[in-house]
Parts: sequence; structure tokens; C-alpha cells
Amino acid sequence: MSALGRVIRAGVRRRRVQTAVTGLAAMMAVTASVLGGSLLVASDAPFEHAFVRQHGAHLAAQFDSAGASADRLGATAHAAGVTAAAGPFRTVTADPSGGPGLDLPADVTMDPMKLVGRGDAGGPVDDVTLSAGHWVSGPGQLVVSADYSGPELGLGQKVDFPSASGGVTELEVVGVARSVSRTADGWVEPSDVSALTGTKGAEAGLQMLYRFASASTTAQLAADRDAVAALAPPGSLSGSRTWLDVKRTSDDSTGLFVPFLTAFGLLGILMSVLIVGNVVAGAVGSGARRIGILKAIGFTPAQVVRAYTGQALIPAAVGTALGALLGNLAAGQVLAATEQLYGAASLSVAPSVDVAVIGGTLLMVSATALVTALRAGRLRTVDALAVGRTPKTGRGRRAARVARSLPLPRPVTLGLAQPFSRPARAVAMVTAILFGATAVTFAFGLGSSLQRIQDAKRSNADVTVLTSAPPRWGGPAAPSAIGGEATGTGASGGAPAARGGVDTAAMARAIEATHGTRACFGVAQTEVTAAGTTGSVDVTAFLGDASWAGYQMVSGTWFRRPGEAVAPTPFLTATGTRVGDTVVITDHGTAVPVKITGEVFVTENRGMDLLTDARTLAAAEPHLKAAYFSVALASGIDRSAYVRALDAALRPTGAIAQVGDGGGASQLLIMLDALTGLLTLMLVVVAGLGVLNAVVLDTRERVHDLGVVKALGMTPRQTVSMVVAQVVLIGAVGGALGVPLGVALQRIVVPAMGDSAGLRLPSAVLDVYQAPALVLLGLGGLVIAVLGAMGPAGWAARTRTAVALRTE
Amino acid sequence: MTMTEPVIELDGVHRRFVDGPAALCDVSLTVRAGEAVAILGPSGSGKSTMLNLIAGLDRPDAGTVTVAGVRVDSLGEAGAARYRRAKVGMVFQFFNLLDDLTVLDNVVLPAEMTGVGRGEARRHASGLLDVLGIARHARAYPGRLSGGERQRVAVARALMNRPPLLLADEPTGALDSASGEEVRALLRELHADGQTVVVVTHDESLAASCATRVVRLADGRIASDTRVVPGAAAGVEGAGAVAR
Repeated sequence: MSALGRVIRAGVRRRRVQTAVTGLAAMMAVTASVLGGSLLVASDAPFEHAFVRQHGAHLAAQFDSAGASADRLGATAHAAGVTAAAGPFRTVTADPSGGPGLDLPADVTMDPMKLVGRGDAGGPVDDVTLSAGHWVSGPGQLVVSADYSGPELGLGQKVDFPSASGGVTELEVVGVARSVSRTADGWVEPSDVSALTGTKGAEAGLQMLYRFASASTTAQLAADRDAVAALAPPGSLSGSRTWLDVKRTSDDSTGLFVPFLTAFGLLGILMSVLIVGNVVAGAVGSGARRIGILKAIGFTPAQVVRAYTGQALIPAAVGTALGALLGNLAAGQVLAATEQLYGAASLSVAPSVDVAVIGGTLLMVSATALVTALRAGRLRTVDALAVGRTPKTGRGRRAARVARSLPLPRPVTLGLAQPFSRPARAVAMVTAILFGATAVTFAFGLGSSLQRIQDAKRSNADVTVLTSAPPRWGGPAAPSAIGGEATGTGASGGAPAARGGVDTAAMARAIEATHGTRACFGVAQTEVTAAGTTGSVDVTAFLGDASWAGYQMVSGTWFRRPGEAVAPTPFLTATGTRVGDTVVITDHGTAVPVKITGEVFVTENRGMDLLTDARTLAAAEPHLKAAYFSVALASGIDRSAYVRALDAALRPTGAIAQVGDGGGASQLLIMLDALTGLLTLMLVVVAGLGVLNAVVLDTRERVHDLGVVKALGMTPRQTVSMVVAQVVLIGAVGGALGVPLGVALQRIVVPAMGDSAGLRLPSAVLDVYQAPALVLLGLGGLVIAVLGAMGPAGWAARTRTAVALRTE
Repeated sequence: MTMTEPVIELDGVHRRFVDGPAALCDVSLTVRAGEAVAILGPSGSGKSTMLNLIAGLDRPDAGTVTVAGVRVDSLGEAGAARYRRAKVGMVFQFFNLLDDLTVLDNVVLPAEMTGVGRGEARRHASGLLDVLGIARHARAYPGRLSGGERQRVAVARALMNRPPLLLADEPTGALDSASGEEVRALLRELHADGQTVVVVTHDESLAASCATRVVRLADGRIASDTRVVPGAAAGVEGAGAVAR
């Protein structure tokens, strides 16, 4: 081995702590960068990318099987503009009743499943991606869509489809797959479609999937659809869905997460750059004295530079490799969650991210080491030999004098003044903590905002009375208008309408008569059209005073009288109206002018909702009935006892009372919370590592001084307090600067998330930071700093005085 | 000579470092209050090891070390630190002053770690600097002082907590001859004032000028233990009792 090689190997071996810290920092930085980079890549038009990968269907057309033969439909593949087609596939929409182990609540049924008979997942259009199990290989098997809105169906789960004759067709889940075009709730062997067609309530049909040369606008797609319909038997096209419809649905949820993931991804990468640069510069810089020795014994400056660059690159390369491995593993988990958020299939770490991060890290390590080693290499040998043990005279003396005058124990004041003798290193530490504090503050704010969004989706109702049959699984629940989760376009979406025969007046009387009722209102839902919009608009009509329901206002006030309404941002945007304007809605052919008194925060139906007094629609729908009632109880009333009593009173009407508003926690928000937690933890660890590195360097460089003060009688506890005190000011400053930055980031990202979904967020969702929380978050910087310094402080306390005194 | 209380008692002390010969082998030594002992010997003879054991910077593998009534060999790190504060003042070859503290701040440091009030500590430190002739440098930083002045500062710091024992490790080893003479004179004065002093040195002239007793070490054992008259040209063989 050459002399240079021996020097590098010896340097790596002898400076074990530095080697470990460099490797660890590189590992964490690469892990965070791979994760951040993957999220950035995944957040870049996830639907479009998945659509391209799967050869998504521009048009999914549903045909009536009675009116069209497979041959005739096959001919539509040659319609003008069609570039690829798949099908016809036999379809059946069937009602599953459940299955062993599903444990559905009493009277709750599963969502209907649109099952498509496909012998193959691939094809020229809609190349479905399997995420678990295998594709159907025979009768009795089911591949369930990951987007199915019903209960989660795992591999091996059996699903029953009852037939009209009393028998049951049973399918076993053998795979889970995702179609970005959302062409089915599940896929079965084509022969199973016939069997399922005989089940209760089943509707059979045929599906064709098309890709077109021109399909980027609604008009182009309408023309494409007409071209296909022209070749199909007249009247056989029973329905269709364009890729733009699917994209819109996907973007509604995706848009919410892109700014969030982008912010975290950028934070991760920025912080990694900072930490690795800092670690390598510190490692090489602290070796200046050794560099002097090497030059004194005849190493050329070029050899010295190569030796130190190599010395930094070895642990960095090992750390980078481990980090890439960990990053890919972590990103796999996070991207799996992101897949759920984005509704995309098979998101994985883009190879370009791995290449960029690994190459970038090694390049940065080399460049930083080279610059620092060049600087050290240029030192005169005699000066290099003198470098290292003590800070340059003159730095930090004023700070030392100021600290000295503080009424604190001397070890603490010694530590407090220390950062001022190494200002560059102190700035690097402050920056690391600033990033960590920013991340924690942002995460706290984001989590709080999301929680408030979730809270805003729940009503203040203590008890809800359902006037009709219980909802299907995955469907909201009656209270969806005030609390349930939006379920997209599934058949189960929307609240059940009150059946014609129900006596809601009797229900209202029963509720009012029950002891403990403080307030109550009924909620009816209907659909109208509004001037300026093309689709239908949901109207949530309240029977009674609903001002206490807990809706959050973005601006304006809750309506006070019939003829007034409040509307969410997307409705106002679509209709081009503002608070104070009057919009004309058409209900069953009757034009109804409605004055908008406020902008309300509602996310259901993509915000195309209007909330008003039921009497507003009296002329158009005089018999509008409540689908459910929300009840507020007097204070001190036991809710369960109240529900039992009310249930008894409601029994003749068929209504059911339940505690709360029936709305559950959003899975998306839970996932987002988990992601926030993971990313924050990583950033905090990287920040702590930055501090650890800087304090290790500092402590090692000052080990001789440490020996002196220990020889003078400094106890281990005093030593720990001195080393920890070194970072107290740094932690406080980093925290103090990081908190406002985190708040600013939250004020940018959260509204951006709302904007992406077309929503303006109420101030209650944005103003989540209270003074005590801000103080605690600021102290978070201190905690990061202290945690990062505890390791070196313990080492300093344990170091034997005689050894420290001998150390050069 | 009046027999005073022993300040240092080493009894059957062994110390061996990994893969090396015994640094100290069955060494027993008693130093009484008011003595000025020079420990002489070539490199590797065990001088610094003995000093480190007395200062509580190291522990023997066998035997006991008692200083001013404290069993130093049984102390933990914190106990050893408290012991050094109270019982020992140390002076090093390369001064070991903290370059980023002023002379006065260096000197008051041991008292501050003991919890002595700032005013009282500064008054005492100023008095010491005055006595040692470096009061004018109180607000200066050590880097600006000559070697002799720095070693005076180190001595002032060592005496700050009024220790019963002053340990000096090659106190003139890094000094020019003029500065070395300053330090020799200082040690003589301290001994004359009743301070117990143990000096580890290669410097025969230092031993001759300020020690009342010369202990010579060779290969980790005491080769000779001689009482001398400070300032005399030669030692008085067998003067006084050889400790143990």
C-alpha cells in the first residue's frame, strides 16, 4: 500500500468518532434526500404519470348488453380517432352481502361492486397494476380494486353475492389492483360474470375502453364519444366516463397534498446539504495540525489534499450506500401511503432520484473536502502545526466577559461563551437547529390545521336521528352534509333521502318531547342547478335553526331567514358570485333567488353545495323532508341514556338515534398526520446530528482544555453542564428563528393546500398557534440542541483527566 | 526537625499500563507537611505516573494513595474532582492556561467551581497576583505573557483554593533560563512560607535550589530518597528519615 493509502486508512481508523459521524451524517442526509426527492417526484403530476404508465382509458364506455353484441362493440375500436381499444368486457354490478370475518354492523350492507370480467390485467388500454396477490386465474376468484369504497378486502377474504333464489355465489379475493382509470371495483374471470348476473339486484353490461388521438379537452372527448356511439347499436351506450372526470376527482384530493409533500421534500434536501457540508468541512478542518505534520515529513500539498479528500470520502461513501438503502426502504413505505393519497399505482423511488442523490452527495462531499483540504494544504507547515488545539486568540473574548458577569455557575458561563470563539461552526449549528425547529413548528401547525379541518367536517350535534334505513358501508352517513367523509362518485355517495312514507313531523315531535333536548334541526338534501354552473349543485336545506351546527365561516355570516344561504368557495367561484350577491337556483323547474350571506367551509361534493333554510325551497319542493335530525342536549344529560329514551320514542316511526354525528376520522388525514410525523422525526434527527457533529468536533478540539479544567476540579456533572451550555444559546436562537419560519411556512403551505382543492380556508383553520404553543415550539430548538450535545457531553465527562491532558 | 502530619502517603503502589512494563512497582512514600520534595528520574522512570496518582488523575492497580487524609485511590471521577479542588494545586510544564480567559479569570476558576462568591474569589486572586508580581497583567490574556509570567499565573491558579499540597510537573521545562530562575525562586518562597510542594522534574538545578528532599526514581522504583538543604551545592545523603 502506498504511503498515501496508509495515511488515508490510518486517518479513517484513528479518528473513529469523526469517521462515524461523517458516515452517519451522510447516511441520514441521503435517507432524507431520497425520501424528499421521491416525494417531490411523486408529487409531480401523479395522476398524469400513472395514467401514462397504465395506458389509461381516455373514455370508459358502458353498453347495455341486451342492445349490443360483442362483435358490434368490437367494431367501435375502429371509430375515427381511436388509437387503441380494449374490450368488450362483460360487466356486472352486483350487491355483495358480506363475507366471513367482515363483521359488518347489523343492517349495514356493502357497497355494490362493479365487476369486470377480464382474463388479463394488461392490454393496450387500462394496464391494471397489481399491488398484492395475483390476477384471476379461474372461476370463483376476485381481484379487488384498491379504490373500492367498501370495507377493506384482504387476500383470502371471501365475498358473498346472494342470488334471488336464495343461493350464494362466493368469490375469494386473490389480488388487489389499481386502475388509474377507475374502470371497476373488481375484476373476475369472464365466466363468473354470468353467474353473478343471476344474483340479487345485479345489472349486466359490456365495457369498452378507448384511447384517442385527441383527448385533451372536454369537447374533443365529446366528439370522440360521438364517433364511438355512431358505430355502436343505437341506444346501447348506457354511460361513459372520460379520463378528465377521473382526473378531476383525483386532483381534488391530490392537490391537497402536493404543497405539503413538496415543502417537506425541499426541507429534507436543504437540510441534508447543510449537514453533510458542515460535517465534512469540520472533519477536514480539524485535521489541519495533522496536515502540518504530513507536510513536515515530506507530503506535497497535492498529496495532502488527496489524503484528506479520500479520508472524508470513505465514510461518506459507506454512509451514502447505507442511506440509499434506508432511503429506498423508507420511501417505499411513504410512497405506499402516498399511493393511497394520489390514487396512483405502484409509486416507487425514481432511479433518477437515487442517482442524483448518491452522485450529488459524493460530489458535495468531495467538493467540500477539497475546498477545506486545499485551504489547509495552503497553510504554511509551521502554521498548520500550530493550528488545532485552541481557538484563534481574540475571538469570543467579549462574549466570555459578558458570560462571566452572568449570575450563573462558572462551568455554565464557560460553556455559554464557547460558540463565540467558533462563529462559523456556531452559525452552522444555528442553521441546523433552525431547520429542525422550522420542521417541528410547521408539522405542529399543519397537524393542527388538519385537525381543525377534520373538526370542521363534524357537527356539534350530540345525537343524530336517521330518518331512513341505515347507510351502506362506506357511504356516509346520513350526516355527511355536516360531518361525513366525501366518498367520491361511488353509488353509495350522498346521504340517503328520506323515504316517502316516513313521518318526519312525528320524529321531530318525538325529539322535542324527549327530556334533555336543548335544540334540534332537520337536514334535507336535494339537487338543483345554479346559474353559471353546468352540473348539479347539492342543497343542504335545514329545518329549524342550524346556526349552532358548527359550520366554520370563511367570511360573511350564517343565513338568518328564508331566501338566504351560505356557500363554499368552489360554489362561489363556479357561479362567479360573492358574499352579498344573489344567485338564482332552479329546483324542479322553479327559479329561486337566493342571497349569499356568507362563505362557508364545506368540502363535500367538491364544494358545490348550498346551505339554506328549507323554507327557501318551499315553492319548489313543498314536501321536502329531513333525511336526518341533529340534536343538541341540555347540559348534564347523559347521551347514551338520552339515545335509549329517544330510540324508544322513535320506534313507531322507524327512525334510529345515535350518539354524535356519525362522522369518523378521515383516513386521508390520518395518513397525512403519519407522514408529517415521520418526516418531522427525520428532520429533527438530522438537525440533532448536525449539533452532535459540531459539538463532537468542538469537544475533541478542546479536549486538552477540558483536561485542564478537570484537573482544576471540574466534576463530571459540571463538565456535562459546561458542554451542554455550549449549545443552549445556539438552540435558543435556532428555535427563536425557526418558529417564525415554521409559522410562515404553515401560512404558505396550508392555504396552498386549500387553493389546490379550490377552497379558501377559514381563519380558525389557519390561526392555530397560541402563545404558549409558540414558546414550547421555540424550546423545541433547545431540546434538539441539548439532545445533540448530550453524547459529546457524556464523553467529555467520562474522559480521564490524565488522558485529556496528554491529548494534543 | 519537627515531625509534622503526613500529607502524602503512598503504600505499596503498583501501576502498569497496557502492554508496557510496570510504570510504578511497589512504591511507598510519605511526604510530611511543609516538605519540598523533588522527584527526579529519567524518562519512563514513573515520575509523571506518581504525580498523576497523587493528583487523583489516575488510579493505582494496587496499593493505596492517601493525601491530606483522603484515600485518593478509591475516589470516583466526581470525588477526585472535589479532592483536587480542595487539596491539590497543580502546575504544569506547558502552563495549561485557558487562552480565552483573562489572567484573573484563569486564576479565579478553581474557586468559582467550588462555589466561592465572585467578589471574594477576585479579591483573593488579585492578592495572589500581587504577591506573585503579575498584578499588572490581571486583565491580559495569557497569550501576551512571557513563559515565566504564564507559569506564575499557573502557580497563582494552583494556590487559589489554598491547597495543602502544590504539585508541579516540570514547572521550568518549557522556560528559558531567566524565566526558569523566576519560577525556582517562587517555589522557594512558597516553601519558605510553609507550603508543601512536590515537584517532578528532570532539572537537577531546580531540585537543588528549592527541594528539601530528593526522591530519585528508576524503572518505577524509588532508587534513592535524600534530604537536602535547599540552595546547597550538593545533597546531604541520608539526611532526615527516608520515608518508610
